[in-house]
Amino acid sequence: MKAPLSWLRDYAALPDGLGGRGLAEQLIRAGLEVETVEHAGADVSGPLVVGRVLSSVDEPQKNGKIIRWCRVDVGSEHNQPADDQVPASRGIVCGAHNFAVGDLVVVALPGAVLTGEFTIAARKTYGHLSDGMICSARELGLGEDHDGIIVLAPAAENGPEPAPGADAAPILHLRDEVLDIAVTPDRGYCLSLRGLAREAAQATGTRFRDPVDKVTPTEATDGHPVRLESPACPLFVAVSVSGVDPSQPTPRWLARRVQLAGMRSISLTVDITNYVMLETGQPIHAYDAESLDGTIVVRTAQAGETLTTLDDTVRELDADDLLITDGSGPIGLAGVMGGASTEISPATTSVVIEAAHFDAMTIARTSRRHRLSSEASRRFERGVDPAAAYAAAHRVAALLAELAGGTIERGETVAGAVPATPSLTIDADLPSRILGTEVSADTAVALLEAVGASVAVEGEQLTVTPPTWRPDLTDPYDYVEEVGRLVGYDSIEPTVPRAPVGRGLTTAQKGRRAVTAAVVAAGFVEVLSLPFLSVADLDSLGVAADDRRRRLNRIANPLAETSPYLRTTLLPGLFAAVARNRSRGNDDLAIFETGSVFYAAESAAAAPRPPVTRRPTADQLAAMDAPLGQQPRHLAAVLTGSWRTAGWVGPVQPAGWQQAISAAEIAARALGVTLTRRAVDRPPWHPGRCAELSTTAGEVVGYAGELHPQVITAYGLPERTAAVEIDLSALLEAAPPRSSVVPISTYPVAKEDVALIVGSDVPAATVQAALRRGAGPLLESVELFDVYTGPQVGDGRKSLAFALRFRASDRTLTDAESGSARDAAVAAASEEVAAEPRVLQP
Amino acid sequence: MSGPNTNYDPVQVTPLDADHVEAAVAAALAEFSAASTLAELKTARLAHAGDKSPIAMANREIGALPPQARRDAGRRIGQARSRIAQALATREAEIAETELARRLVEERVDVTLPVHLAPEGAIHPITALMDQMMDVFVAMGWEVAEGPELEAEWLNFDALNFIPDHPARTMQDTLFVGQPDSGQVLRTHTSPVQARALLSRELPVYVVCPGKAYRADEYDATHLPVFHQIEGLVVDRGITLADLRGTLDHFAQAMFGRTRTRMRPNYFPFTEPSAEVDLQCFVCQGASVGHPDRPCRTCKSEGWIEWGGCGVVNPRVLQACGVDTDLYSGFAFGMGVERTLMFRNDAEDMRDMIEGDVRYSRALTGLAR
Repeated sequence: MKAPLSWLRDYAALPDGLGGRGLAEQLIRAGLEVETVEHAGADVSGPLVVGRVLSSVDEPQKNGKIIRWCRVDVGSEHNQPADDQVPASRGIVCGAHNFAVGDLVVVALPGAVLTGEFTIAARKTYGHLSDGMICSARELGLGEDHDGIIVLAPAAENGPEPAPGADAAPILHLRDEVLDIAVTPDRGYCLSLRGLAREAAQATGTRFRDPVDKVTPTEATDGHPVRLESPACPLFVAVSVSGVDPSQPTPRWLARRVQLAGMRSISLTVDITNYVMLETGQPIHAYDAESLDGTIVVRTAQAGETLTTLDDTVRELDADDLLITDGSGPIGLAGVMGGASTEISPATTSVVIEAAHFDAMTIARTSRRHRLSSEASRRFERGVDPAAAYAAAHRVAALLAELAGGTIERGETVAGAVPATPSLTIDADLPSRILGTEVSADTAVALLEAVGASVAVEGEQLTVTPPTWRPDLTDPYDYVEEVGRLVGYDSIEPTVPRAPVGRGLTTAQKGRRAVTAAVVAAGFVEVLSLPFLSVADLDSLGVAADDRRRRLNRIANPLAETSPYLRTTLLPGLFAAVARNRSRGNDDLAIFETGSVFYAAESAAAAPRPPVTRRPTADQLAAMDAPLGQQPRHLAAVLTGSWRTAGWVGPVQPAGWQQAISAAEIAARALGVTLTRRAVDRPPWHPGRCAELSTTAGEVVGYAGELHPQVITAYGLPERTAAVEIDLSALLEAAPPRSSVVPISTYPVAKEDVALIVGSDVPAATVQAALRRGAGPLLESVELFDVYTGPQVGDGRKSLAFALRFRASDRTLTDAESGSARDAAVAAASEEVAAEPRVLQP
Repeated sequence: MSGPNTNYDPVQVTPLDADHVEAAVAAALAEFSAASTLAELKTARLAHAGDKSPIAMANREIGALPPQARRDAGRRIGQARSRIAQALATREAEIAETELARRLVEERVDVTLPVHLAPEGAIHPITALMDQMMDVFVAMGWEVAEGPELEAEWLNFDALNFIPDHPARTMQDTLFVGQPDSGQVLRTHTSPVQARALLSRELPVYVVCPGKAYRADEYDATHLPVFHQIEGLVVDRGITLADLRGTLDHFAQAMFGRTRTRMRPNYFPFTEPSAEVDLQCFVCQGASVGHPDRPCRTCKSEGWIEWGGCGVVNPRVLQACGVDTDLYSGFAFGMGVERTLMFRNDAEDMRDMIEGDVRYSRALTGLAR
């Protein structure tokens, strides 16, 4: 809501010295969000004066234009002296023709600066020295009108006739300060100058004069007939004005205020209805009386009805839409927009003024249903003061009479009545109890009365009736807020509540932090990405039709139609980050992200929305959760370029599948989980370079390896890009809750190395597991330290060298003991994977 | 003179002669001191202190002496051996010291060479900041509550007193999921976690709820469609707005040091009274206001920084969650993590936070994270 300061001053007796900024500060303290304070007209500076056109000569030009060469009297202070040919005046070339000799115009003299930093100087043009400029409204920022120059009325609005040379700015109402206030939905009354002036008066402790100064009479039927058929319209005031002169222009002050408040000046009648709406907050509709067909009936729509609204759109009506109708059918979408058939036209001389009250929810729904938001619907949705309707209708009528020569018809219609505002009883100490500071009952009463409520004190209780413009005051706590903001939150002494003893972070929360810390410590950089996905992504990844990753949730109104789904894998987001990094010259990347993925629920049942007056049942809560599907947290990493760049220490170590697997193992180790690996074919990985990662209990928690060459091509990634994605939630589930320390043997270790030749497709892990099983309880550790393929072992075979360490807890092992344990290990490997011992070269 | 000794042969015992022994010792000492490496010293040791050395050979002759002469010769040889051994040890220590000194010189390296053997990992500044914010509350005995990002509309709106068709619902540009009226939304704030906490926990409740939130917002320097929030909720007997003020002040001071908060009345459906929270600038403490000569980039010389929203929990919310409003009251507050990062670490463009550039995550180090 934009509020010109001059307009606020009409109703709030603000101190003379108080400027827009100062008032803004006071309003902010009282809880209004003042976004900006604009100095309207500040972009026009320098001499801007009234001029009288003394003579004008139309001079056709070669380019077809006809310019007007004028002598303009701009006052003795500014005129060039008279000579034999011309009187004291200035010569000005003007392109417009909408004025005559004798008219008063607005002249920007050399040195003036107009809107758009347009500096005026004397300049030679069309064979004359043009010594200033005759201004149009647009050049002064007063509107879009550029068709002609401003011609001042001979007597400027009841004042004396302006004299040539006088400052034109006040006559044009050029300068004002405008406060732009973001009005929260609970303060509909602040969408009016009336409401804002009341707040301003309260905030500054000054007097407020209410522009709504008429009491709504009971039921009157002498005006245009009206019948109310829906409880959504409790009150309808109709006042008729005839003899309106449609040719009358909107006075400058009114047009300027409407413009500064953010609306366009259209015609006098429309401008007046908007002006009164801005002032009182009551939306007004004016009908062309001659186009109305009999009784106005307010009712809900019937199936199949249509209405052409003022914006020339044909609207199919819903049975819940509230309509204004007459004998011809619908003539307006109540509280939202009027219809075209009864619109005020340039020929309208008789109008019926509607000031009605409509139910906020009904208007909100209709506005949303038709995607039609108007100044009226914005106000009705947030609550309009029903007691303002009658006064507002009469204010419009009075202005039409005053400014357009209209005659207010004797009879008027008041259908329905101002709805009663429900009163509420609260404990007198509720404000103290909730605010945490002492507010006496007397203070609370005084503050509530200041916001317009009437309060009856009954012992320890207050019965409060809110003012008609505060439909938001419905709950006891609403009054606590009113008291609180007037007391001032800053005056409340802070205290800190003592929480009961807490249990700290949960195991899962600690686990997630541990995983992130471990992966970071291992050299990975955490990034964040947007969690959206397209089907094309899954196609590029090579994900099969029946894969779980195709169980997508679609966003009804996605940010980008190209990615309308919630992610089921973190990898595309990381690929995009890789591309962005590489385009910026970051080529060596090991990046990871942890975040939720979303698998759509099997059933498509809608989540219930039970009433909010009581706790939902367990069944209702379960039914809310079910359609949300599963949303596990994943961890994924992508590696490209070098893990270690070539340098003085050694050659480059490229990033690849090993680091991808390592990232998963580091994450698992941070949680005490041991992962086992198995080669699998799983998109988007290389079928020969993908490890399935499982817990020792056999649960698959993720995959790691090098990406499939086609995926690398599809995403424009560097060759050999590797990736890992694990279900972090599952990993956390698998984390053992406890573990024990082991007794440490102080006896010496016995080391035995073995080399085994196996088929090249036998996994090292299988050989190692066999060794472990065969070695028996004396085995402390077994580590693979060499892999050899070549002529010495033959085609299709490889040699794996393992270091075995044996130790007993109670004695020093003899060579014979460790040797026989080693032999048993080798025997097991021979039996299980047909391993042949290889004699290590000395 | 003693009696005849048929074996006595003056020629054969020459090695035991005093001059002879002295010469052997002198030769040994000379050779030891001539040795300049442990290897040379070893050669000298074998020559002069080994089994075949003149003294060792002489020692073997002692037995051939008449008994009366053995003692003299034995003593002489013993002394000689001891002198040789001592000289050897001394020289050995000298050489070892010299060699160590030389080695230490020779083995000198350029300690300024780069030594990064592994790539440099980094936590994302948003994650680090959220952890830090949570820790403040965990230290106060609060717990961390979490909930799903794809959320039931009832929990995101209805339970929080967003009445159907209330304009407040359209204030937040909601991303809806599934068919129309599916009742599912991407949560527009972390507040549904508050409702979940009240529905699932025993009272009193002291929780902080961190996480992602979604809005169909513009994507520009100060808006992200996916962002992070941290919310606090307390529901207990006798909770007041004063408690909220104290908690916010404590949070602000734990995060930023010398600062405090102020509250400006505002409107949120789920709190009543509601307010915006401003943070007093922790860099200039407001000293930059009205002093264009010493501007403050943290608060843009305004003295206060908009931080978040807060208020007393609307009893309607408590009712929807089955809390007895005659006994319990509460407060709630919420802050944007991206916004906090912006003013805390001079971040100018939120888009950098979600673009994944590794330099961004690496920039904040140590305690500045």
